[in-house]
Amino acid sequence: MLSPYRALDLTDAKGFLCGRALADLGADVIKVEPPGGDPSRNIGPFYHDIPHSEKSLYWFAYNSGKRGITLNIEASDGKEIFEKLVQTADFVIESFAPGYLESLGLGYSTLSAINPRIILTSITPFGQGGPYRDYKTSDLVSMSLGGYVYLTGEHDRPPVRVGFPQAYLHGGMAGAAGTMIAHYHRVLTGEGQWVDVSIQEACAWIPPDSYNFWEISQLLEERHGAVRVRPETGARLRRVWKCKDGYVNFELYGGALARAFTIPLVAWMEEEGMAPDFLKEIDWAAFDYSAATKEEVDRIAEVVSRFFLTHTKAELWERGIKHRCVVYPVASPQEVVENVQLNARDYWIKIEHPELGDAITYPGRWIRSSEAPLRQQRRAPLIGEHNVEVFTEIGLSKAEINMLKQAGII
Amino acid sequence: MKSSVQALEGIKVADFSWIIAGPLTGEFLGDFGAEVIRIESYTNPDNLRSISPMKDGISGINRSATFARYNCSKYGISLNLKHPKGLEIAKRLVAWADIVLENFTPGVIERLGLGYEELQKVKPDIIMLSLPLLGHSGPLANHPGLGVQLSDLIGFGNITGWPDREPSTLPGAYTNFISPYFAISALMAALDYRRRTGKGQYIELSQFEAGIHFLAPVILDWLVNAREPVRKGNQCDYAAPHGVYRCRGHERWCAITVFTDEEWRSLCHVIGNPALTEEPRFETLMGRIESAAEIDQLVEEWTANHSAEEAMTKLQEAGVPAGVVLNGRDLFENPQLSARGFYKELTHLEIGPHHYPSPPFKLSKMFGEPRMAAPCLGQHNEYVCRQILGMSDEEFVQLLNEGVFD
Repeated sequence: MLSPYRALDLTDAKGFLCGRALADLGADVIKVEPPGGDPSRNIGPFYHDIPHSEKSLYWFAYNSGKRGITLNIEASDGKEIFEKLVQTADFVIESFAPGYLESLGLGYSTLSAINPRIILTSITPFGQGGPYRDYKTSDLVSMSLGGYVYLTGEHDRPPVRVGFPQAYLHGGMAGAAGTMIAHYHRVLTGEGQWVDVSIQEACAWIPPDSYNFWEISQLLEERHGAVRVRPETGARLRRVWKCKDGYVNFELYGGALARAFTIPLVAWMEEEGMAPDFLKEIDWAAFDYSAATKEEVDRIAEVVSRFFLTHTKAELWERGIKHRCVVYPVASPQEVVENVQLNARDYWIKIEHPELGDAITYPGRWIRSSEAPLRQQRRAPLIGEHNVEVFTEIGLSKAEINMLKQAGII
Repeated sequence: MKSSVQALEGIKVADFSWIIAGPLTGEFLGDFGAEVIRIESYTNPDNLRSISPMKDGISGINRSATFARYNCSKYGISLNLKHPKGLEIAKRLVAWADIVLENFTPGVIERLGLGYEELQKVKPDIIMLSLPLLGHSGPLANHPGLGVQLSDLIGFGNITGWPDREPSTLPGAYTNFISPYFAISALMAALDYRRRTGKGQYIELSQFEAGIHFLAPVILDWLVNAREPVRKGNQCDYAAPHGVYRCRGHERWCAITVFTDEEWRSLCHVIGNPALTEEPRFETLMGRIESAAEIDQLVEEWTANHSAEEAMTKLQEAGVPAGVVLNGRDLFENPQLSARGFYKELTHLEIGPHHYPSPPFKLSKMFGEPRMAAPCLGQHNEYVCRQILGMSDEEFVQLLNEGVFD
């Protein structure tokens, strides 16, 4: 869908996903790295555990579909070449500290003077203004300042982050959405603009209701691990249950949701002779946790937890599907890769890595379009892989490219 | 100077979606100027309308602040889609719209007579986006579930928490805050594609398939290296100290992350223990990782005597990445979020003055923020019928009497 457009992607890990999304939608995304490669290539895990800047699986995952060049934009020759590229581009995406591009003379006002249609997207920890503008961040710091860490983890231990870094992925995808909104306005009016993305704000969207509970009810949501506690009633509902060989996610909903949860579960327990009378007698459609006593809820939870312990994760997931009962596995990567639904839908994509002599399986299409399918990805670029190709496209001669290489510009 | 024109002015959205992923997509579009009509019904109102917090703790279909949060910048109409005239109005809204959003259980929208093929008859270049949980095809297309369970099916829960405890699982329905960005990116590309080619399209976004991208390296690590991920609290393989530290007060915490030698030396000075920079065991990252438990204790001895805000400010001033672990109240009062106007106050018809978060991206030339508080159920029935669909008074009253809006 975006095949007529070109993006220059200067980001580090804070913004990879933005360019990746545009590339999947069909744009020509050129990753611009400093000579020698982006330091984010050192983020693990690595292919076959070989720590090498051409083997980062993190880099592979979030830069596939892009072409790659190296360019020292701090040197005057590099700057000049970058300005030439900007003339041919529709988007520039960057995640430098606020003010850095401007200090090089490559801020939005310069770029828009070169190409008034350009959209500059800046993905930064806190945005381009405000008292934290120059603060440093990390995944844990961003997720903490977004309010999600406070809610995650066990009540008797410090709060925790999601086990794989998430903050920059939210920032990157928020960047893609903002970029595309600006893009649509541009195609109608010819006018570019500067998109200012705050990773903190992207993270502040994730905690479901915490600011809301405070504003409306002056209550604070707290963390309770695998148990959900509604702040206004104190009702404790277990979300994660131990089974024979792992854990499953299930909630003892009453009301409308009981149809897909508690009602089929009790019927299933009854089939296996594991539903005591008191459980069968509960009218789940009318069951209201805010009115139930703690003893009642605990009694229910006890028999349900005994039932789950008699089954494996796979049994609960497969038979849950037959019973139209929402018991989902707390899945391992292997279970995700083997998921029957994903495989039936041909989700996984194999991408060749000729220099590794291998093909790697990747997560696939995030949308399916009736009109313009997401582009079949190419693997992430090697360091400077498309230097000659791209620099020739903008009219540099072979001799000039050779000179720039020797001068350490590319 | 921001323009009075909005980026998506003139774009029309018929939003049949519910819960969070679809409505939030519609809300962001509305924040940037699209005209969004949220279609609901009294017979099957959005589940979110019954989710607390409720204004004054009193339940009511228009009192949920949770529902309100995801439905700003929209008009609201109640429509009985099982009434033939209700369906007809829905189709008139489709004819008016550029974009249709829906995320019912697969099959439902077709049974209602509003599947993509039907919509194409009404509006050949319509762009329709569905956001099913697991996808519209495949053996599990009709299997129920919520975002709350989906985050565990993708594997987020498995890796979150402590190695010696059960998985912590993620609070709320995590994937709902991933899907809208993918959805908006695709919709904007589709609008541009339609402008160039004259063609609309049907877009399916399986929240399962989109969400996996947020764990892609973990999946690749399994596929390539057969590595099983483990839960490790806040530990990071290449930084120490790296954690959340108890500060003065009840449940006050500060996240502190030290990646480089320079950050380590700064930290030692801030915590009033410059002698630590001379300690050979802590000089290298490898040494700090080996002694992480000991260092954590030294750091916490300092944080425990400081407020979380002081700890963050002192460390950030010295160049160490640190941040208060914000709770609901802190978010609301955070100086950075406030300075950028993240929470914007609007007056909701029944909730009254209430704050709503803005999109996490700003355009330099145009506003993008909540413009109208979320609608009460059926609040704009008359406006939508009279002003947008151009109905006569008589027609509207007749439909009202026939129960089309019930």
